[in-house]
Amino acid sequence: MNKFELTRFAFIKAALKNRLPQLALIVLLLAGFLFAIVAGILGTPVGNRNFGIVFVWIAWWAVLILVVVPFLGRGWCAVCPIPVVGDWLQRGAILEPVSKKKTRLNLRIPAKFRNMWLQNISFILVALFSSVILTTPRVTSAVLAALLFMGIGLSMIFERRAFCRYLCPVGGFIGLYAQTAPSELRIKDKNVCAKCNGKPCYNGSQLGAGCPWDVFPGGLTKNTYCGLCLECMRTCPYDNIAFNLRPFSTDLEKPSGRMDEAFKAFIMLGAAMVYAYVFMGSNGILKLAAYHIFTPAWFAYAAGFLVFLLFFLPGSFWLTVKIADVSLPVSGRRFASASTALIPLGLMFWAAFSLSFVLTNATYILAVISDPLGLGWNLFATASLAWQPVLTSLVAPAQTLVLVGGLIWSVRTAQKTAPQAGVSAIPVAAYCLAASLLMLWLLI
Amino acid sequence: MKQSEASARVLIAVLCIGVVLVPFLFWKQTPMIRARMAETGGWSPAVIRARVGEPLHLKFTSEDVMHGFAVGQMALAAVDIEPGKVSETTLTFQKPGIYTFYCTRWCGPNHWRMRGTIEVSGAGSGNPEPASRPLYVDLGLNLDTPHPADIIPVEKPSASRGQVFLSRVPDPSTYQSTGTYRSHSPVQIFMDLGTTRLTDLQRWDVVVAIWAQNTSAAGLADGKELYAQNCAACHGESGAGDGVYADTLAAMGAESQVGMSGTREMSIKKPVNFTKPDLLGASPALLQGKILRGGMGTGMPMWGSIFSDEQIWNLVAYLYTFQFK
Repeated sequence: MNKFELTRFAFIKAALKNRLPQLALIVLLLAGFLFAIVAGILGTPVGNRNFGIVFVWIAWWAVLILVVVPFLGRGWCAVCPIPVVGDWLQRGAILEPVSKKKTRLNLRIPAKFRNMWLQNISFILVALFSSVILTTPRVTSAVLAALLFMGIGLSMIFERRAFCRYLCPVGGFIGLYAQTAPSELRIKDKNVCAKCNGKPCYNGSQLGAGCPWDVFPGGLTKNTYCGLCLECMRTCPYDNIAFNLRPFSTDLEKPSGRMDEAFKAFIMLGAAMVYAYVFMGSNGILKLAAYHIFTPAWFAYAAGFLVFLLFFLPGSFWLTVKIADVSLPVSGRRFASASTALIPLGLMFWAAFSLSFVLTNATYILAVISDPLGLGWNLFATASLAWQPVLTSLVAPAQTLVLVGGLIWSVRTAQKTAPQAGVSAIPVAAYCLAASLLMLWLLI
Repeated sequence: MKQSEASARVLIAVLCIGVVLVPFLFWKQTPMIRARMAETGGWSPAVIRARVGEPLHLKFTSEDVMHGFAVGQMALAAVDIEPGKVSETTLTFQKPGIYTFYCTRWCGPNHWRMRGTIEVSGAGSGNPEPASRPLYVDLGLNLDTPHPADIIPVEKPSASRGQVFLSRVPDPSTYQSTGTYRSHSPVQIFMDLGTTRLTDLQRWDVVVAIWAQNTSAAGLADGKELYAQNCAACHGESGAGDGVYADTLAAMGAESQVGMSGTREMSIKKPVNFTKPDLLGASPALLQGKILRGGMGTGMPMWGSIFSDEQIWNLVAYLYTFQFK
């Protein structure tokens, strides 16, 4: 199936090139983001009645993992309010062209940090404390505020969006899974970029900022690091940037072979499994260990979590591939390329896991929207709605379907990518099958 | 700077400040009584001020588990307080004074510590009534002295049988008066009946008949309800000292404070078992004192500011049902 350029329609192109619709959405989300921080501090400490918890960890998460990431990839990054204040301060303006006067340090991130490892660490840190972060409004507020200030702080020191590109705990996995999305922003004609003087898409111009994500669109082949900020569409003097629809997981056909991205895939895969077991399962001892942070039990849980994500999953994958062909050296690029199949598998794991708690807790959204701070308001007459899980009979079949779909998707990916890594697709498919069966057992 | 840039800056700044400031102002203007388990703070605020005759509108929310709100010695249906939800009630006080409000739900081992006060000032239709001296004070009873029952009935005595034998007691009104009933333990009355020609079991039956005459079905029903709401969590539904918090209290006892004498005699103890015969050695006045004053460090709360005199006597009468039939 060929790509289909959506920007061939004038109204879509106009809507994307115009800064105002995107800005309006960002500003609204910024207001919501700030309100979530305030609600976490001033509102009820009961998580399921607090706007901060319900709208961030149920509503936002559901939209992100079930809709935006699978279909729009980094669509969230396009409107994320976290880096926007830093952007404005960095540029010295909201609407006006980028100031040529460099008022900030504008340092370049050191080369050893220009990868996904810091994002892997930041995600693991959030994941280790997630039992508290996801349930305690004040902690959620603290985390959101910390992200906001880190975004601003890094933009004052480093050039472009250093926070989004190298540190954001969410941005890392969105980028990884964005490769599977059926949409992309790409150039139309490579030759136009090659001949373009000044490369305004990367360096900026009077029409807009240079790529905040430190990507030269002319060389863009994957969604991973394109934040869909659309600045290149605005700055390109040749109208050479297109927004396309495409088949799912197009970017995965050519594995990147990067170890940081491979470990991101293992971390996400493992975190989904641990979450399914700890948060949705019935093991009370493990739940208590996860909740009581800094106790000996929590340290044991944290150690188990890290070993499972960083050693067991990659190690068992290595063994599986190795057993299939003992004479084959499996390291570095080959290992990373072979693990590409885990990307769609991980995305589907997260979708399956999210289905259960999103459908279970969706009614909290209606209650909280009427009384976001827990002050006894009833703005939309829904404050007293009782908690009622919805579509519960469909959860298990839907999860099964998603996991089976994820397995098929990952096996198909393995068939394409494993041979490029010089390994057989069979052990990769076997690993995906084993992981899927484990996840199915954990969820159902 | 272009006008559009300036407008955007102002608009965004106003929106961002507004989205922080407006919730803060609403929060500030909404007086809310927050309920937390005693271990994590109890009522906040724990002191509320009101004026005589002026409606006091209260909003509550719980920050952890289910709680309840009631005001001691006041006819008010308890208000349930659910986590994250807001409950409301309006009170109007006719007399100045300091009223005790308390949690009505078993929210934790220290549930009974969840208390606060409402300080009502202003000229009312009457002055605060001075507390009457409790009977145990007039009788000079030491509430902390053990009260063993040296003699116990071989079977549960019966009030209906006792009514028959009461007529065979010379000058029965001496024993039947409320004053005698409240100031004497069942064992003491049993001993006093030793001058009669009744058998031991018959004397116990008379003791029970005297108890029955000093209470009523309605009083016992009230006592039963009070017991279920306030006592059963520790003393157990059947009075056997095996309520849901009994083991927790026993475990806490080992770690609780040591008395001033260096002993553990005042530390938290396992709740009293009312099915043991020791209860027969306690007079209603003694039990009234224990309920009214509390156990002074033993874990038994003081109920003097919560229950009315009538409620306490009804509760005392109900306690004897664990020994009588």
